[in-house]
Amino acid sequence: MTVISSTKNPEALTLTLVAEFDASPEQVWQIWEDPRQLERWWGPPTWPATFEQFEFEPGGKASYYMTGPDGEKAGGWWRITSVQAPNRLEFDDGFADENGAPVEDIGAGHATVTLEEIGDRTRMTILSTFESEEQMKKMIDMGMEEGMQEAAGQIDALLAEHSRA
Amino acid sequence: MVVDQLSETELDRLFQALADATRRDIVRRVTVGEYSVSGLAALYAMSFAAVQKHVAVLERASLVTKEKRGREQIVRGNHDGLQKARQLLDEYEAIWRQRVERIADILAEK
Repeated sequence: MTVISSTKNPEALTLTLVAEFDASPEQVWQIWEDPRQLERWWGPPTWPATFEQFEFEPGGKASYYMTGPDGEKAGGWWRITSVQAPNRLEFDDGFADENGAPVEDIGAGHATVTLEEIGDRTRMTILSTFESEEQMKKMIDMGMEEGMQEAAGQIDALLAEHSRA
Repeated sequence: MVVDQLSETELDRLFQALADATRRDIVRRVTVGEYSVSGLAALYAMSFAAVQKHVAVLERASLVTKEKRGREQIVRGNHDGLQKARQLLDEYEAIWRQRVERIADILAEK
């Protein structure tokens, strides 16, 4: 199993997720560092992410949008605060308007990613901290819409298989 | 989804209530045992009135309940309120679990 554990702290509004991969820290680092790899997993297949700007260095900015099945777009940004290859990455993340400009009044979340070598595997720990109520709700709204679209897509695919059989 | 079951006002109250370290500490304490407002006030370097104010914010956010017992006001954790915050985190966790699965798939290609 890939996800080893997750710890939620409702009082402090944090989520800690621990996952292990059959890969070296350098390989896992690559999927964060290379925007073309990042685009393959940040959004679900039905809402793929496109990173238009990606400055992978402390103080650097990244901006992206996700495109929905009907062409609708949802934008976001990162402000990278720490890069220690291949073990640690920290960034603030928030929402962007239709022009890609940060929506500052919603506030930002903060993510700390750590990669540790455990034998021939890599343990990835994601610590997410939320800053404001609106920010967290929007984050979930955006993510859940994608999740449900994805699930719906999978059901469609299954039904199509059955009708062919 | 759970977000739709909460009004904007309820959510604002919930998150504003949890945005303060003293209030989070109060929630943690009263979730495991009951405290009187004066018992809580003795724990922090602030006035009784200030602690009472914090409790009132938590009460409006449905995170704690307050009940009169003689001269004391007893504060207890409200399980349902905390459960809502927990459900929001559950939903966010689901997003990350899906991402982790996609990362594993990409790494497996190599």
